[in-house]
Amino acid sequence: MNPFSYSRAAGAADAIRLGAVAGTKYLGGGTNLVDLMREGAEHPEALVDVTALSREIEEREDGGLMIGAAVRNTALAEHRAVRQRYPMLSRAILAGASAQIRNMATIGGNLLQRTRCTYFYDGEGSRCNKREPGQGCDAIDGFNRNHAILGASPACVATHPSDMCVALAALDASVHIEGRSGKRSVPLVELHRLPDGRPDLDTVLEPGELITAIELPALPLASRSTYRKVRDRASYAFALVSVAAALEVESGTVKDVRLALGGVAHKPWRAWRAEEALRGQPASEDAFRAAAEAELADASPLKDNAFKVELARRTIVAVLGDLAGAGR
Amino acid sequence: MSNFVENAKQAVQGAAQAAMQKAVELAPDSWIPGGRPDPLIDRKHGLIGAQTSRVDGSLKVRGAAPFAAEFPLEGLLYAAVTFSTIAKGRITTLDTAEAEAAPGVVLVMTHRNAPRMRPMPLFLTSQKAAGGDDLPVMQDDRIHWNGQPVALVLAETQEQADHAASLVRVAYEVEPALLSFAEAKAKGTEPGIFMGPMKLEIGDPEAALAAAPHKVDTVYRTPRHSHNAIELHAATVAWQGDTLRVHDASQAVAHTAWSLAEIFGIDESNVHVTSPFVGGGFGGKSLWHHQVLAAAASKLTGRPVRIVLSREGVYRLVGGRTLTEQRLALGARDDGTLDAIIHTGTVAMTPHNAMPEPFILPTQSAYAARSIKLDVEVVKLDMLANTFMRAPGESVGTFALESAMDELAVELGMDPVELRIRNEPEKDPTSGLPFSSRHIVDAYRMGAERFGWSARSATPGMRREGEWLIGMGVATATYPYHRMPGGAARLTLTRDGRVTVEAAAHEMGMGTATAQSQITAERLGLSLDQVTVHYGDSAMPGMILAGGSQQTASIGAAVIAAQRELVAELLKLAGNDSPLAGLKPDEVGGMNGGLAKLDEPDRFESYVSILTRANSDEVSVVGNAPMPLETQHWSMHSYGAMFCEVRVNAITGEPRVSRFLGSFDCGRIINAKTAASQFRGGIIMGLGLALMEETVFDERSGRIMNPSMAEYHVPVHMDVPEIDVIWTDIADPHTPMGAHGVGEIGITGVGAAVANAVYNATGKRVRDLPITLDKLM
Ligand SMILES: Cc1cc2nc3c(=O)[nH]c(=O)nc-3n(C[C@H](O)[C@H](O)[C@H](O)COP(=O)(O)OP(=O)(O)OC[C@H]3O[C@@H](n4cnc5c(N)ncnc54)[C@H](O)[C@@H]3O)c2cc1C
Repeated sequence: MNPFSYSRAAGAADAIRLGAVAGTKYLGGGTNLVDLMREGAEHPEALVDVTALSREIEEREDGGLMIGAAVRNTALAEHRAVRQRYPMLSRAILAGASAQIRNMATIGGNLLQRTRCTYFYDGEGSRCNKREPGQGCDAIDGFNRNHAILGASPACVATHPSDMCVALAALDASVHIEGRSGKRSVPLVELHRLPDGRPDLDTVLEPGELITAIELPALPLASRSTYRKVRDRASYAFALVSVAAALEVESGTVKDVRLALGGVAHKPWRAWRAEEALRGQPASEDAFRAAAEAELADASPLKDNAFKVELARRTIVAVLGDLAGAGR
Repeated sequence: MSNFVENAKQAVQGAAQAAMQKAVELAPDSWIPGGRPDPLIDRKHGLIGAQTSRVDGSLKVRGAAPFAAEFPLEGLLYAAVTFSTIAKGRITTLDTAEAEAAPGVVLVMTHRNAPRMRPMPLFLTSQKAAGGDDLPVMQDDRIHWNGQPVALVLAETQEQADHAASLVRVAYEVEPALLSFAEAKAKGTEPGIFMGPMKLEIGDPEAALAAAPHKVDTVYRTPRHSHNAIELHAATVAWQGDTLRVHDASQAVAHTAWSLAEIFGIDESNVHVTSPFVGGGFGGKSLWHHQVLAAAASKLTGRPVRIVLSREGVYRLVGGRTLTEQRLALGARDDGTLDAIIHTGTVAMTPHNAMPEPFILPTQSAYAARSIKLDVEVVKLDMLANTFMRAPGESVGTFALESAMDELAVELGMDPVELRIRNEPEKDPTSGLPFSSRHIVDAYRMGAERFGWSARSATPGMRREGEWLIGMGVATATYPYHRMPGGAARLTLTRDGRVTVEAAAHEMGMGTATAQSQITAERLGLSLDQVTVHYGDSAMPGMILAGGSQQTASIGAAVIAAQRELVAELLKLAGNDSPLAGLKPDEVGGMNGGLAKLDEPDRFESYVSILTRANSDEVSVVGNAPMPLETQHWSMHSYGAMFCEVRVNAITGEPRVSRFLGSFDCGRIINAKTAASQFRGGIIMGLGLALMEETVFDERSGRIMNPSMAEYHVPVHMDVPEIDVIWTDIADPHTPMGAHGVGEIGITGVGAAVANAVYNATGKRVRDLPITLDKLM
């Protein structure tokens, strides 16, 4: 680990001022960043602790939520309004990491956690374009069982590991950002990038920009929603494939749907095509399968992860089937 | 539950018994045909078998048990290692300037300034050899595996050392390395040697197989496994004059002391290794480069050094279990009896070690086949030396053997328990020796009844609850009884009537001190709190490896020998004024805190009285365990019948174990509590082997790609169902205390029990571990 300085920001403005210095990184719970520093994948010269940002979960009159960036993962998962109105979000968070890590982890940090690609982690021994642009990628022809099947590039086949983000992608969340040039808000599905030629850039954030909050719009259909995570052990493992879904069925017909996938791409994967294929269709297994297939039509699996395509298809069908069944 | 009830019952009976106690006769000094069994076997309601809690439990719970990295020494320096990133070649540039200039750095040691040392004596090449490989330790510019230490940094703090280690700049001239198992096999294999050749042929098994009406002939594969003891490998070392003092995390203190002496060219008596507590060993806590490097760097700086490998460091530096590819063929008649067993295959090892994973061991004595062929071939790869890991050989060998037995049962349409019972041998099928104590059929019957085996459907895929397919599987567990030469112990009786036992043995969490306290107290007629067991110190008597599940027997035999010496001494001291006057050692025994004549318990004198009258503060004797002749007269093993219920998700393929029962036949159980923990722990490790453990070895680079607990999966709580364990508790008349080892048996058979249950649930036969969901979709 490099020597680094540490300071605590009193609030957003203070953080942005301190964060403007090159080589500075914001520190949330530290559960990902500190690991990466130990592994030599990140070498910030200064850390600005941003856990003094808002820890409020504000309930809007229209039923939406405004969630402060320093809210701990556990607090969000346990919040009554989240459990009632957005159960998929609560489940997604609880499906991730361990209780101890969730108690430390912040919402802002969760959004920006980095890939678990083992070649990315192996700073000394492996090539990685995400760590060192232009170096090459040892994962493409290496062990890639956990890697992407959608949206990858010849430069990078890593996946985004967050469970929470998959639910947020399905829920039309937006991310509030502040920087020296002002405030902006970005839809969550546009926060993370596909790797293309620049896998070193995980997100569209500019240097020094700070996440201050996540906004969840009112979404009545989300009260019937769920998250299913498929993994190699029963707990404490990243998703091979995960599915976040909300479904509204009226007289046997899909009125509305939200669907997102985890473990399959460089970003939480909103299944636009599947959603489109489903709206107005009968809430039947056939329609669910057709929708899943539409979404996965472009999947291009690697040496070790062809099973993910079939796994994603089956899991989508099962999750939608459960939601449809529960509503009957 | 029932264990608790029985324990309570025993306690009541024990109290009743105590009133009319008899002295315990001295135990025999060897176990050979015609000899008599250990009299402790007849002590039914005393300390042996009780659910005694660990004597060190409170220390551990309070954090007061010192581990190797917790010894504070004046002027301590902290070590960090820089590892090679290529598998084979030469170091061409080694730039240490930046590291040397980093804050707090005291030394950067490389092959250029390391003191001259001999290679580590390779384990099994001599009695006390403890080394995992026999390569030069930082003596030249050659690289032999990806992850080899190329520099060691010492600094005033761990953080400074870690940082500086990352600043060492190394460039290499890469040479082609042999890393691919397939490529190596294509180049040819050589016969594996493990305490003798591993090739054996009885009858004409290939012909018998060809002619058999029922057969299975298939290949099973198991991957590499890495050691993941919760305590990282660590040592705190200091040179005190010419003496090297090592606080180690070790399962071989005497071996390590001797080996370090060889490496540094000093006298064995000038190396003192202690290891009071070890946070898990499993075969991995022997001598690896880190202790040697720490001692060398301490020598160069003249200051004490602490080295704690990072988790990644353990993966890079400490060998694990190697991969295996096993052919298992069975030929059977209509009645299920076996005409042929063929168990052959190939494992990977290195040019610098000698551990061909002996997967054929369980097959040597499992079944009464009319013909048998065994063969372990090896290829040598340019990788980290592989080593011993809990039940080396048996854990992966039983996966192949017991999966194949299940496949044969399917082919025969026979119940797999019945098939095993039909092939139960009368004597050891390869050595021809009689079994000393084998009640595996009892274990099967007890287990089947308790587990509800009869509810299993023979046709796969018949039970389903929602998305979950449910199946049951069974497999045999087996692990040999070992008692290695070199057991010794010192018994010291003090005037207050207390006894200490000292032996160079180990406590890695199994309950060594607790079990030996029980045994010694029972033998000597003392209460548990009158006995203290000291261990984990190379200066103590013996050379007692915590390996091969042999410590209980080894220390137990040494205590027997020491007790003979002690009683002889005490009878001398007691003299003519004692009620014991004129008696010979064999006429007396321990009872109620003293010695009594066996058939006249009134002729008694307490230990306190004997020493007080003799005006002696203490009597101290050393006993050497006799050679383990018993293993030459009998085929000796621990056994078990493993019953598993799994649920496999019909949609996602996720396999989850929902019930497990281990029914064991391991001789007399010394401590019901610690033995149950050993069984359960072994089974949990077996669940890892079955479902998730795999060291990801990139054959392009020879690099281990998942050197962390996040990416190398071992079972977490939610993966482990309640595990039921029961045992026959039938004493072996041919071992000390009637006991067999219990440390390793638990992991054996588990892989196959799970795989067989998965087959029963789904109709899918997985022949390569781990059984992950993609293989079941
Ligand atoms: C063993 C292990 C298992 C795990 N398993 C899972 C899992 O199964 N599923 C899952 O989803 N996650 C898992 N995680 C990851 C975990 O969710 C993340 O580590 C956590 O959410 C990160 O939050 P943090 O606050 O600790 O972030 P930090 O580590 O503090 O920061 C992460 C990144 O976010 C940046 N950052 C933090 N706050 C802000 C802000 N306000 N504005 C701008 N940038 C900011 C930091 O600079 C850093 O780059 C696991 C982690 C571990 C260690």
